Amino acid sequence: MYEFSRGPLVWIAFVIFFGGSLYRLISMIINSKKEKVVHPYMSWKYGLRSILHWVVPMGTRNMRIQPVFTVLSFLFHAGLILTPLFVLGHVMLWKESWGISWWTFPETLSNMMTIMVVITGVIFVLRRIADPTVRYVSTFKEYLMLLVVLGPFITGLMAYYQLFDYRTIITIHMWTGAIWLIAIPLTWLSHMFYFPFTRAYMGSEFGFVRRARDW
Amino acid sequence: MEDRPESQVVDSGLDETIKKLTPDQIERVVRHVMDNETSARLKVYVDTCVHCGLCSEACQTYISRDRDPWFSPVAKVKNSIWELIRRKGKVDGAFIRRMSRIVFTECAVCRRCSMYCPFGIDIAYLLLVGRRICSLLGVVPKYLQDTTNSHAATSNQMWVHQDEWIDTLQWQEEEAQFEIPSARIPLEKEGAEIMYSVIAPEPKILAQLLGNMSQIFTAAGADWTMPATDGWDNSNMAMYSGDFEVMGRVERLHWDTAARLKVKRIVMGECGHAFRGAVYDGPRWLGWQYPPIPMVHAIEYYYELLSTGKIKVKEKYKPHVTVQDPCNTVRGRGLGDKLRYVIDALCENFTDVSPNHEHNYCCMAGGGTINCGPPWKKSRMLSNRVKAEQLEATGAEIVITPCHNCHSGIEDVIGFYKLGMHVKFISEIMVEVMDVPENLKA
Repeated sequence: MYEFSRGPLVWIAFVIFFGGSLYRLISMIINSKKEKVVHPYMSWKYGLRSILHWVVPMGTRNMRIQPVFTVLSFLFHAGLILTPLFVLGHVMLWKESWGISWWTFPETLSNMMTIMVVITGVIFVLRRIADPTVRYVSTFKEYLMLLVVLGPFITGLMAYYQLFDYRTIITIHMWTGAIWLIAIPLTWLSHMFYFPFTRAYMGSEFGFVRRARDW
Repeated sequence: MEDRPESQVVDSGLDETIKKLTPDQIERVVRHVMDNETSARLKVYVDTCVHCGLCSEACQTYISRDRDPWFSPVAKVKNSIWELIRRKGKVDGAFIRRMSRIVFTECAVCRRCSMYCPFGIDIAYLLLVGRRICSLLGVVPKYLQDTTNSHAATSNQMWVHQDEWIDTLQWQEEEAQFEIPSARIPLEKEGAEIMYSVIAPEPKILAQLLGNMSQIFTAAGADWTMPATDGWDNSNMAMYSGDFEVMGRVERLHWDTAARLKVKRIVMGECGHAFRGAVYDGPRWLGWQYPPIPMVHAIEYYYELLSTGKIKVKEKYKPHVTVQDPCNTVRGRGLGDKLRYVIDALCENFTDVSPNHEHNYCCMAGGGTINCGPPWKKSRMLSNRVKAEQLEATGAEIVITPCHNCHSGIEDVIGFYKLGMHVKFISEIMVEVMDVPENLKA
């Protein structure tokens, strides 16, 4: 099981993640050409302006009127994206397997960021339950997605602290990681790669066509 | 959640029409719209939404109703488009009725939520897709459908006949001549610089606004004209009822009329949705990237007149004023700064609203909601308590509303919440304070 997880599983996950995401993006571009009212109104300048405002913390009014959520959300996403890329264990595996390597986070930083992802993730779950507005639009799928996202981080922490049987936990860690990657193109986690496009389109509509601000 | 006062409202446009629907017909229409009229945007938006609820704080209906989850923008999508997609159009008449109520009377497609979504999901567009489906099924609030029928039959929104139109213009020309003897409303003047177009409620119920414009154009020495034929109405309720075929016809006629008169540009009166219809939605439906002739909104035109000194102010307007930023010209054209320039030039005592500019709260009258008529008025009022609070906080006595829908909507809010304020168009203040050159007075 461990061997399968370290080998074929990783490949399956990467193929579905990259292939699926690419497929979704290409079909988006083809479909948006068919729609005719998208491409003629796209603007690099206003698209990028919009993206910039929405990736800077407190860069928009909606972020400023909900400061606590904004801080949590940025911490969550930063940890979610950066930790898997720069955690020492992962980089060592890549070096061993493919001979590529880049710099790594100090262990305490990776550890803190992982804990942060788990804590903010749990807060998001509690928010979904406690806030009637969000609860009303949350189905089983929404909670399941949060579990899928948090899975690799929780098991990563367990492995780091050597809780339970290390080999079992690390195998589960790889499985949860694989599920996480596979889920990205198949669920609303796809907002990860759709974000720049939906944002740029709205930014162009607002800035280029309507000469107004969208933040 | 389902059993709320609004579901008891009687509207034959919904109650009677759903009786004629068959499940088969509903499914066919939903499939048609999903397969042929929507594509990347709908799909990507639905796939991207993480149901986070961050759009909620944008919506005046949600804030006004004590943050009732039912009124959050994402909930409106959930109870309309998502459900239709999930059930592949296999829904009953009761569902369509409820959806019609949500998309027409509980959302003014002001696009404030589209601006608050972190992903930039155009939530208002998703609700317009819902309106399109309701329109093709014939399940549209009766009063709103009536305006669309009027557009289809007369090319204007309020069943105004051509003789009534011309007669009203001549009457208002005479009214203007009481103030400025040389004032005219030049009809059918080919090659004029400006074609002035208005929405049908002006000749029908607010005719004095036409007289005001005659005075303003005359004082400014403008070379302008108005058509004597159909095509004078720039409003477009079909755009909001989802009848895009009629929307396209109305817009084409409006542009054709300007082309026939060989004008350099169209200046339009103080209306927001008409600007949207003529500049964005109309041309896109007709397959034009941009309008064929420049179209200038009244705010922008007044800015031009005041900043170039074509209109001078004799004595500024004294009463304490505030403003309503219309969605379609401020969020839809970034005219917020020019609007404030105009107000500052005309008025002595101005207090801005908060939030303002693109972030201003919607009037909850535009987007066809006020056209849904008396049955839905109370619901609209309950949906805009936040507007009453916002206006009251300014302490002003006059609300300047450079948009017809805002004008009527704010008037309703003022009455319902007993604010004791009044609404005014910019032109009403301008004719009061502008300096008319001596040579025109004779």
